[in-house]
Amino acid sequence: MSTILSLTLNGRPRTDLVASNLLLVDYLRDVAGLAGTKQGCDGGECGCCTVLIDDEPQHACLTLAARCGGRRVETIEGIGTPGRLSQLQRAFHEKLGAQCGFCTPGMIMAAEALLRRNRHPDEAAIRAALSGNLCRCTGYVKIIEAVRTAAEGG
Amino acid sequence: MSATAKAGQIGRSLPRLEGRAKVTGRAEYIHNLRLPGMVHGKIFRSAVAHGRIRRVDTAAAKALSGVFAVVTSDDIRKVISNPYYGPAFHDQPILAIDKVRHVGEPVAVVLAEDPHVAEEAMRLIIAEYDELPAVTDEVEAMTSTVIVHDALKPAGIFPDLKHLEGRKGTNVALDFHLRRGDVKQAFAEATHVFEHTFRTQPVMHTPLEPMVSAAEPGDGTLTIHTASQSPSFVRMEVARLLGWPENRVRVKTAFLGGGFGAKLYIKLEALVAALALLARRPVKISLAMDEQFFTITKHPSTFRIKSAVDKDGRVTARECEVWWNGGAYADVGPRVTQKSGFTAAGPYDIDNVAIDSYALYTNRPPAGALRGFGIPQLVWAYESHTDMIARALGIDPVEFRRRNILRDGRPQATGTVMKDAAIDKVLDRLVQRLGWSRPFDRGQGSVKRGRGLAVGFKASIAPTTSVAILNLYADGSCGLYCSTVDMGQGSDTAMAQIAAEVLDIPAETVRVVHPDTDVTPYDMATLGSRSTYHMGHAVKRAAEDARVKIDALKADLGVPPGSNVPLAELFRRKYGMQAGNIVGVGSFVPSYASPDHDTGLTPNATPFWMVGGTGAEVEVDTETGHVRVARLINVADLGTPINPRIVETQLSGGAIMQLGFTMQERMEFADGQLLNPNLADYKIPGMRDLPARIESEAVDAVERGGPFGAKGVGETATFGVSPAIANAIDAAVGVRLTELPLTPEAVYRALRKAGR
Ligand code: FES
Ligand code: FES
Repeated sequence: MSTILSLTLNGRPRTDLVASNLLLVDYLRDVAGLAGTKQGCDGGECGCCTVLIDDEPQHACLTLAARCGGRRVETIEGIGTPGRLSQLQRAFHEKLGAQCGFCTPGMIMAAEALLRRNRHPDEAAIRAALSGNLCRCTGYVKIIEAVRTAAEGG
Repeated sequence: MSATAKAGQIGRSLPRLEGRAKVTGRAEYIHNLRLPGMVHGKIFRSAVAHGRIRRVDTAAAKALSGVFAVVTSDDIRKVISNPYYGPAFHDQPILAIDKVRHVGEPVAVVLAEDPHVAEEAMRLIIAEYDELPAVTDEVEAMTSTVIVHDALKPAGIFPDLKHLEGRKGTNVALDFHLRRGDVKQAFAEATHVFEHTFRTQPVMHTPLEPMVSAAEPGDGTLTIHTASQSPSFVRMEVARLLGWPENRVRVKTAFLGGGFGAKLYIKLEALVAALALLARRPVKISLAMDEQFFTITKHPSTFRIKSAVDKDGRVTARECEVWWNGGAYADVGPRVTQKSGFTAAGPYDIDNVAIDSYALYTNRPPAGALRGFGIPQLVWAYESHTDMIARALGIDPVEFRRRNILRDGRPQATGTVMKDAAIDKVLDRLVQRLGWSRPFDRGQGSVKRGRGLAVGFKASIAPTTSVAILNLYADGSCGLYCSTVDMGQGSDTAMAQIAAEVLDIPAETVRVVHPDTDVTPYDMATLGSRSTYHMGHAVKRAAEDARVKIDALKADLGVPPGSNVPLAELFRRKYGMQAGNIVGVGSFVPSYASPDHDTGLTPNATPFWMVGGTGAEVEVDTETGHVRVARLINVADLGTPINPRIVETQLSGGAIMQLGFTMQERMEFADGQLLNPNLADYKIPGMRDLPARIESEAVDAVERGGPFGAKGVGETATFGVSPAIANAIDAAVGVRLTELPLTPEAVYRALRKAGR
């Protein structure tokens, strides 16, 4: 079974014919060609696939693409480019919040969602908001520092 | 900064060269790779730990619409007649042949264009086994009548394994023995004798990019794209399996989404190579997270350690017996057994030492290298043991360590004289940071506080080779070709800094070309914290070679040596237009002397020593057994850091990984089945598990043998974490845990048992 999916992806309207059981993560990576969103686990456990749907952080590996009709989906590619980093991306880059970088897109999207609803989170709020996003490399120290730096506007 | 670094590129904390690509999701991983005409493979795995394969029924899977092929070992043998691989032993079949030896062993593969179809078809495969009794414990495996492999099959590339060829009726894949001084006599004369046994649990690396490899057949060639830490080895081993010269196999990597030792040697590469030749089209296999747990693990271990101590609190003799649970296939376990065997007696100055270290085959998933190559398991034991002795003798644990510590200029257990190993400095800095001499808040009510520390060291794996090529293009820009794999440790950046320092250019302008065996030269592997030292030297030499050639070009053109005519201009003068190259080549293999087969002694056990220590402050809730790590301090000797801030992230990352192995991670087996192969039930540390305070420090040190005074760092922060925390728990509540992980249940049980 297929469905017509119309959504706003990284600020641009887009329409595709997709299988009704297609996962959002596969839609993004295979149909839309946005490989920034990563799949790290077998479903809902790692946060690597975190994207924003109407500003809310969601696991793209647990979301059906067809359910995103009429909604705003944002991925890491929509946040900034290598030549024009967002403040949060710049902080991750400069504070070394990314090591292997595999968790980084999901981590940044989760942090982005946090900063949109709370411009100045304290460390406890950062830890709580990012607690569903796993990282095996960094020990999180520099990730927290990066989000704090972005929150402090620098 | 090292005296030899002048251009300002060493000791410079620039962000990762590829940082912008990573924070924007543009970095390249094999995870993202799609090849035209590609099919996906899904592996059907054994449900039993040990058994003879009676029948594999693939009919229903083959019949499913969309399935391209279903492959078993019979098919594999059509393209690879002797399909057994491995770095130390050729013991692992590409797909199970006749027998399965662990739960999760690959038995068959389904190929389909749609990975979901491949998965569905895989579930239709039926296998029947005649189950055999299984051996799972490393100590039992020593004497068990259950034999995992009929005969040992050493690979032959390690000369010290050759004597094991054809050995039958044993699960001991390798035994390493070290004898120094007169242990018997020293124990007879001892004032005190202490003996304890420690155990570690099975855990997994869980890189967040699960293992992934693809193979693409060409015209008499094969290209393998793989998330591998050892592209040069993959090429050699696949070429050997196929009986091809190396130049027909090309191996390419990209950034790795973590490795930690999981992606070493051969994992999926031999399988995708065979499948691609059978299918005559590209084949990609991406493991799911759960499959990684069946592919490679960290060695569980049992360590019996016994010390003789004189009346002054000096350790006069130590006896170590270590059993390593290597699982069903040796992988690199025999190396772990030997190399870690060198240092099993700890960073102490002990005249009489006996070490026996055994690599055991069992019916568990294979074990290999995991961030420390066996060292964290050893430090866990010897630093817990050290505190227990100090406590029993009523000596302060720091004071006891100082009395016995191994200093530069003194021989270590192998007889190798220590150099550039700042063990005492690391201990001193931990003591200072912990404020050891100051009064310490012991807590109140049901929450008790304690602190502890631990120091460990490691001999770098040797001898291994690195080769680098530096190419200066016609416009004067620079490409660096090396097969070191950047899996998050920042090697691209560090290597660029080393090349840039020699060439006196900004590191940002160096382009690091990623491993591609058709393009980048040989490197043994990215493992064991060896790259900074080995590849660092090779890169430095390649850049120096290029400089010599620039000077020759200047001389050729009559340009005075000191002049600053740009390189592009030199090329223009030489070739009359923008053209030409200068290619610098460098290689490095350190000196090393193999240990004597009978005594384990050697005058040169390692090119360099790694030293790491941890201090911990904990709070133990005596009502629940819950342990909160309030403060974790990691201090390391890594020589002179090339990039101090990247080094700091390596320390905190390594320490938190080891915190997971210490407090919470354990692969749970019941009735031969693995109960928790997923991140929901196998919990790695998340943000909520972090200590409130984490501190990292590199002591002021120089590795005189290293490039610009540097040495490796990837593993160092893992060494001391587990025993430091166990020692702190003991200090808080007076109970001693001897088995990892230190879960609330384990603490609670120990408290009740002690009547507290
Ligand atoms: S891939 Fe979605 S949570 Fe892991
Ligand atoms: S940077 Fe590697 S998993 Fe987070």
